[in-house]
Amino acid sequence: MRHTISVLVTNEFGVLSRISGLFSGRGFNIESLSVAETMDPKISRMTIVTRGDDKIIEQINKQLNKLISVIKVHDFTGEQCIERELALIKVTANAEARSEILSIVDIFRAKVVDVSPKSYTIEITGDEEKISAITELLRPFGLKEIVKTGRIAMARSPKQK
Amino acid sequence: MKKKGAEILIECLLKEGVDTIFGFPGGAVLPVYDVLYDSPMRHILVRHEQGAVHMADGYARATGRPGVVLVTSGPGATNTVTGIATAYMDSIPLVVLTGQVPTALIGNDAFQEADIVGITRPCTKHNYLVKDLNDLPRIIKEAFYLATTGRPGPVLVDLPKDILTATLNEYKYPDKAHIDSYQPNYKGHPGQIKKAMEFILSAKRPVIYAGGGVVLSNASEELKALVTKLNIPTTTTLMGLGGFPGTHPLFLGMLGMHGTYAANMAIMNTDCLIAVGARFDDRVTGKLDEFAPYAGIVHIDIDPTSISKNVKVDIPIVGDVKDVLKEMMKLVPKSLKEHKKSLEEWHIQVDNWAQTHKLSYKFEPKGKIKPQYVIERLYDLTGGDAIVTTEVGQNQMWAAQFFKYDKARTFLTSGGLGTMGFGFPAAIGAQIAYPDRTVIGIAGDGSLQMNIQELATAVQYKLPVKIAILNNMVLGMVRQWQEFFFDKRYSHTCISVAPDFVRLAEAYGAVGLRAKKPNEVDAVIKEGLAVKDRPVFMDFRVDPAEDVYPMVPAGQPLNKMLLV
Repeated sequence: MRHTISVLVTNEFGVLSRISGLFSGRGFNIESLSVAETMDPKISRMTIVTRGDDKIIEQINKQLNKLISVIKVHDFTGEQCIERELALIKVTANAEARSEILSIVDIFRAKVVDVSPKSYTIEITGDEEKISAITELLRPFGLKEIVKTGRIAMARSPKQK
Repeated sequence: MKKKGAEILIECLLKEGVDTIFGFPGGAVLPVYDVLYDSPMRHILVRHEQGAVHMADGYARATGRPGVVLVTSGPGATNTVTGIATAYMDSIPLVVLTGQVPTALIGNDAFQEADIVGITRPCTKHNYLVKDLNDLPRIIKEAFYLATTGRPGPVLVDLPKDILTATLNEYKYPDKAHIDSYQPNYKGHPGQIKKAMEFILSAKRPVIYAGGGVVLSNASEELKALVTKLNIPTTTTLMGLGGFPGTHPLFLGMLGMHGTYAANMAIMNTDCLIAVGARFDDRVTGKLDEFAPYAGIVHIDIDPTSISKNVKVDIPIVGDVKDVLKEMMKLVPKSLKEHKKSLEEWHIQVDNWAQTHKLSYKFEPKGKIKPQYVIERLYDLTGGDAIVTTEVGQNQMWAAQFFKYDKARTFLTSGGLGTMGFGFPAAIGAQIAYPDRTVIGIAGDGSLQMNIQELATAVQYKLPVKIAILNNMVLGMVRQWQEFFFDKRYSHTCISVAPDFVRLAEAYGAVGLRAKKPNEVDAVIKEGLAVKDRPVFMDFRVDPAEDVYPMVPAGQPLNKMLLV
């Protein structure tokens, strides 16, 4: 099963390599990984999407916690959370296809961020399903390149007191 | 007064209580060596950096105090890697200080530059590159704190040359280290401990399986007290030997691939397995799905990652073995009459296993020397009062089987990594820690040659380590596997082209002795034990056809033992 794990780490050189080395050394897989500073510049957050049965996920959690540079590990699985990734999609856009592409962009609340005589570059944020849906709709026009960030996640705040 | 980084480093080590450093100089650490020239710190000059790490490791295993290593950058640092990985696998506290090229040159492919922090990341508990002299005292404090607390392990600190020569007006060595993200849990959960105790008391066929964690947490007294009180048959892993007295009537011997028949049969039939500071290594469990098939499992370990890693555990207790055993002791009921009565049948069964297949070998008074006989004679002639180190392979297994270890920290062996070349330098490290005790390195002729250069170190410091070479002129354990599993195709395991170990010892200024027949063994051992001022090589020409039994072939369940 797929898990999104958020890891707070000390913001120092070599931390990324400690985390990725742990995954490669123990044969755990990483589907995506994104890293950035948190509000506290001494701390970074890594969001890791990984896959494994319960036993492997338990080991991933424990092994991450064992690293001295890791402050906190949180697995979002089974929780209400907002998950997002961002994709840049360069699609062939000939004169006859342009309006249709723009309407897709509009429906998905995406943005055209670069235009050339033969292509559009589209920026879209959303969860995985949304990005994969727009990708499939754009595919017939001719996909030139796709660049995606890893997934990031945040827990939803409780709606009642 | 301004102080240089190198001076601050040595002052911090002295404040940390370090009395001995094992090291080898070189360009990048010259500033530190210059400080050592007139420092009270004792420095042991090795002949190869790998030897330095194994010596520090032997020192740490024998004393429980962290071992400290100092080497230069590049090759000096990379030569430590096997030693560090050895210590990491067996959770041995080490602080390894490596020189590094000046910070401005890092990443430049400078002379003698190696990314040792990158190289050792997966085999250290943690490591540091010091980039600012102001951080040095805190990093040294943290290095010792991390190495010695929680599940111990090696910590490496990389020291660029310009940091060692930079100066500070004043500095403070912190009294305490505090790392927010590192809070090892020593106290076991009381509810879990209670649950475990109830389960143990309800069991009809309990077994205790104790590992290196008992030794690391200095819990052998607590273990003995609890075992004796509850009257539970007890086995140990290779790393646990000495953690429970080898001569205790409840001791079953070691378990696992070369474990005793009684220990392995007890595991396969127990209804309650109590793992104490052990980690269910593949050499212990054999085929995982069939390991302890009838048992509910209690597992005490300070490292949460050890729990349910290989074997599903029913009652996990995360905590320090010593603390948890003390708590368990408090829960032992006053009257154990019923408990003891309910175990009677089990004890009869276990005794029966112990009697049917004892550890044995065929002694031939007129034939070749049996390696097991040498170990038995070493045990008898020292009265068991010795620190024994081993190399890796057959010598290690016979040393584990035929010498009885009554005290913790008297059996030093590379269990996890299985490093050939460990035993000799480890013996030197132990002898440096305890100059007046008998230290015996049990060696194979193959392993010994992997760090034989340290003979010069042992001679230089007049260390009377006794190296008992079980010389069969083959790489015995590999040969044994070829005999059993590769149709006796002895591919590249014959090492009969070897030095004359007696003359080699003499060439270095050590004592060389040899026994070729069983009736010469005692005289050689007695003569060797009498030497007090330099190392001794005892070359025992043993039967090359001798194999280690019992043996559970890799991937088989523990009751599928090949017996003598």
